Amino acid sequence: MILDIELQYKIIALSNKKELPDKTPCNSISINNIADISRKAGISCREVEIASLESEIIPERYIRNMKSFSATDQAILLKSMITIVGLGGLGGVVTEILARMGIGRLNLIDGDIFEESNLNRQYLCVENLIATPKAEAAAKRVKEINSSVDVQKYSEYLDKENASGIIEDSDVVIDCLDSLSGRFILEKASKKEGCRLVSAAVAGNYGHVTTIFPEDPGLRLIYGEAENAPNKGAETSLGALSHCVSLVASLEASEAIKILLNKGSLLRNKLLLVDLDGNSFETMQLI
Amino acid sequence: MGKQAYITLKLFATLGKFTPDSSDNYPVESGTSVRNLIAGLKIPEEKAKLIFIDGVKGELDSIINGGERIGIFPPVGGG
Repeated sequence: MILDIELQYKIIALSNKKELPDKTPCNSISINNIADISRKAGISCREVEIASLESEIIPERYIRNMKSFSATDQAILLKSMITIVGLGGLGGVVTEILARMGIGRLNLIDGDIFEESNLNRQYLCVENLIATPKAEAAAKRVKEINSSVDVQKYSEYLDKENASGIIEDSDVVIDCLDSLSGRFILEKASKKEGCRLVSAAVAGNYGHVTTIFPEDPGLRLIYGEAENAPNKGAETSLGALSHCVSLVASLEASEAIKILLNKGSLLRNKLLLVDLDGNSFETMQLI
Repeated sequence: MGKQAYITLKLFATLGKFTPDSSDNYPVESGTSVRNLIAGLKIPEEKAKLIFIDGVKGELDSIINGGERIGIFPPVGGG
């Protein structure tokens, strides 16, 4: 392990001049140089990227995140852990987005395998991965996109027994499940572990998104009490469409990033309703 | 008996098929409840999971006076 100051010198020595999108000059460092420092210093690429950002040297892969994000913001994302529960339609897109945005630690959970009927909308599902565990595919995809991300994968379904242990220490948990009973189990565990939860659901050209902090009433405002809620909804007759799933998943990723950075307005005690048939996006007050 | 009033009605997802022709100016009796409204539209009560009145969550027993914008959403759980 090398000293921080020595690490900073190495990063500075291997940085080069680049431009931000608005042409502001900046210092940047490439993937190969980050990997080189990581090997020699005996620390992870994620830690090299964080040290680099703390010296205002922007890893080149995040240049287009600036100036919407500051170097400090990007370092916060790299230090954060997000758990994505369900790696199908919503979860596949959320995983893709968060890996690209540089969320440093991703916790991926799904006990399912890919089937042909997933191909219409699940970004992680490709023909040669039929019958492959979704969590395996998701972890591999994250590493292909961003090798600096630390990935933990669970090829198992979330249930009452394992939920708390899997999500503990998460800065944000994202509900990408496809059953109402699973959503209530996840919400209960999130509240117990003090985790902030982003939850979304889709059916056909419709969907909704909300954000639930541990002290918020949460899902019962949407579905009624857990014991009286049906297990499935309108998706059993309307199916799930790629364009709507992707859009709603993007809204989940956006909420998660805003929570981590403490920026923008959140959908706490609100429900953003998406209707692509009528082209309407409405934010409703739940209380 | 309340006087005739009008609301704007929006039915989402699987409830869309219950949308009346006059949904932008749907006649109701002032003082009626959302429960009576959905019964009149032949919507099964258990399908009217989320009710919004002028952008705020309402209930089956919420009273309609006229002039409101009412949206009803069925349970949605796909992922």
